[in-house]
Amino acid sequence: MAVANYLYLSAILFTIGAIGVVVRRNSIVVFMCIELMLNAANLAFVTFARINGNLEGQVVAFFTMVVAACEVVVGLAIIVTIYRSRRSASVDDASLLKR
Amino acid sequence: MQTSENLLWLIALPLFSSAILLLAGKRANSWGHIMGTIVSASTFTIGIIEFFAMQSRSEENRAVTQKIFTWISVGSFNVDASLLLDQLSICFVLLITGVGTLIHVYSIAYMSHDLDRRRFFAYLNLFIASMLLLVLGDSYLNLYVGWEGVGLASYLLIGFWNEKPAYATAAKKAFVANRVGDVGLSLAIMISFATFGDVSFSGMKDGVDQASSTQLTAIGLMLLLAACGKSAQFPLQSWLGDAMAGPTPVSALIHAATMVTAGVYLITRSNFVFDAAPIAQLMVLIVGGVTLLFGAIIGMAKDDIKKALAASTMSQIGYMILATGLGPIGYAFAIMHLLTHGFFKASMFLGAGSVMHGMKDEVNMRKYGGIGKFMPITFLTFGLGYLAIIGVPPFAGFYSKDKIIETALNEGGIKGLILGSATLLGAMITAFYMTRVVILTFFGNERWGHKDEPHESPALMLIPIGLLSVGSVASGYLLYKGDWLVHWLEPVVNPLKVHHKELLPPIVVSIMAVAVVLVGVSVAILKYRGEQPDKAPERVSVFTRAARKDLFQDNFNEAAFMRPGQSVVKNLLNIDHLIIDGMVRAVGSVSLSAGNKLRVVQNGYVRSYALLMVVGALALIATIWLITA
Repeated sequence: MAVANYLYLSAILFTIGAIGVVVRRNSIVVFMCIELMLNAANLAFVTFARINGNLEGQVVAFFTMVVAACEVVVGLAIIVTIYRSRRSASVDDASLLKR
Repeated sequence: MQTSENLLWLIALPLFSSAILLLAGKRANSWGHIMGTIVSASTFTIGIIEFFAMQSRSEENRAVTQKIFTWISVGSFNVDASLLLDQLSICFVLLITGVGTLIHVYSIAYMSHDLDRRRFFAYLNLFIASMLLLVLGDSYLNLYVGWEGVGLASYLLIGFWNEKPAYATAAKKAFVANRVGDVGLSLAIMISFATFGDVSFSGMKDGVDQASSTQLTAIGLMLLLAACGKSAQFPLQSWLGDAMAGPTPVSALIHAATMVTAGVYLITRSNFVFDAAPIAQLMVLIVGGVTLLFGAIIGMAKDDIKKALAASTMSQIGYMILATGLGPIGYAFAIMHLLTHGFFKASMFLGAGSVMHGMKDEVNMRKYGGIGKFMPITFLTFGLGYLAIIGVPPFAGFYSKDKIIETALNEGGIKGLILGSATLLGAMITAFYMTRVVILTFFGNERWGHKDEPHESPALMLIPIGLLSVGSVASGYLLYKGDWLVHWLEPVVNPLKVHHKELLPPIVVSIMAVAVVLVGVSVAILKYRGEQPDKAPERVSVFTRAARKDLFQDNFNEAAFMRPGQSVVKNLLNIDHLIIDGMVRAVGSVSLSAGNKLRVVQNGYVRSYALLMVVGALALIATIWLITA
């Protein structure tokens, strides 16, 4: 199996994630789509590391995972707080900053 | 050259006094006028001391200097703030402080009912300080400071009663007309610096041989422009009549005796430039000749006593300017006429002030008449001044004016003929209009139209007038006797001791001068004897009408300079509004509308931001792909 296929998979996963962020309203789903995009990027990094035969891509993938873990903690906390105060998990309801 | 430590006090004393009077405010109201007068008198005392000290020295050691501080020191260009008192400046110092002190004394009484008398004395002291700096400066730059100072003092004093808009306008007019002349002086200084690399009198005098005649002519013409502005000479003379808006002592001191003669001083001081620049000298002659007739003609038609005297001042300064144009021999006679004129014109102005004081500030001579018997002392002093100005021997004006006429005639040829007839004609018209002033004011029927009789002025006013009229009787002979002033000024204005050949014997010239004066006086007596109406006649010849309107000088200035200037300004303002402001406003409105358009993007929906980011990222990738592919 050609290594390039991993890149196609990565692109497909990223596109799914991006479309999900744009079209879904539920903040939990949006959040999961962001995770999907991050992991698509990870997959691309790892693939490139494999293609180039070095470890740099692998290392960056680890960094991304750590950052993603932190992001999950902060992001979920924000979502839960918004849900508590507004009784809604829709991202469109949290649009007060425009004023 | 010797140094003297007294010169600075001449300027510093009145300057300090002026500052104190202005800063102390109401607290100084009770003693301000006394301090101003004492300070003025002490400068006169210093002047007298310096004069006798100078007289006791030998001729070549008479000038003294005092360096105050180094003003400008840039490379090879050095200007010291230093003072020079020589035979020429001492004449002015004595005139300014002497007449100035008498006028201070007069003003104590004249301004006694004015709430702002302290401010008046502060300005008078400021004027004395500036005028002394003008005549004592040893370079054109120092002179320039005094020149501007007297302009300021003149402006402040003409507009002293600035609550009346007409007076404030008169002050502004004087200031603007003077400004035109000041531009001339500053240009002369710049050309001098470019030519000589020096602006001091002594340095320029030494360098005059190396300078080209074009440069000297340019300097001379610019100096003449400056003199025209300050001395109310044609074509910048229109301000002097309006300057009579100021209190009468101011008219006497600044606009008759001293400041307006600064132009004569400037030309006399710059004798080395004019003697080497024949074209500029010819222009001086033309300006002087035109103005002496111009002023005299205006003087014939004026009904306002102060404006008639102002026109006469213009005409008499025309005589002085004409004399300075006659070269080395003429300068001394210009200064002689300046000094005698200082006495008799100040005395007549103060006399006019005394008449106004007794007549409830009426200035229209048509409302006077028969005042002589109510104010005998004023009448006597005014009469002496009158005899002096028209040039009746042995009064002061005879000696000085006669000398100018004589020198003009001795020029010889067509030039001498024109100048001689102009001065003789001027003398005849002077006799006419001054006789008219005296008859309308002091003789004839009483026309003031109210019951209150005019009263004689207090002694504090009459004593200064009396002293000045003594000067207008005696000063001419004293200066003339043995050619005293001519020899006194010779080292400064005529170092080569040039003498004119005499084309006509002096006695013939004197007889001619007296004859034309008699003609002028007789015509005036014939015309103004008997009852006079209390209004100016309406049906008069076109010439009288023109003279009443200052020979249309104001109309000409307004049509030639003011209106075009206003329209230029208006157009510039339009350009500024449309183009310059338009560009600035366009930048503003473009940003504003762009902001308004872009605002819809900021809708607060996270998903639309995300979509924009995706689109942006895709656009970026597409761009990179297109470029690299």
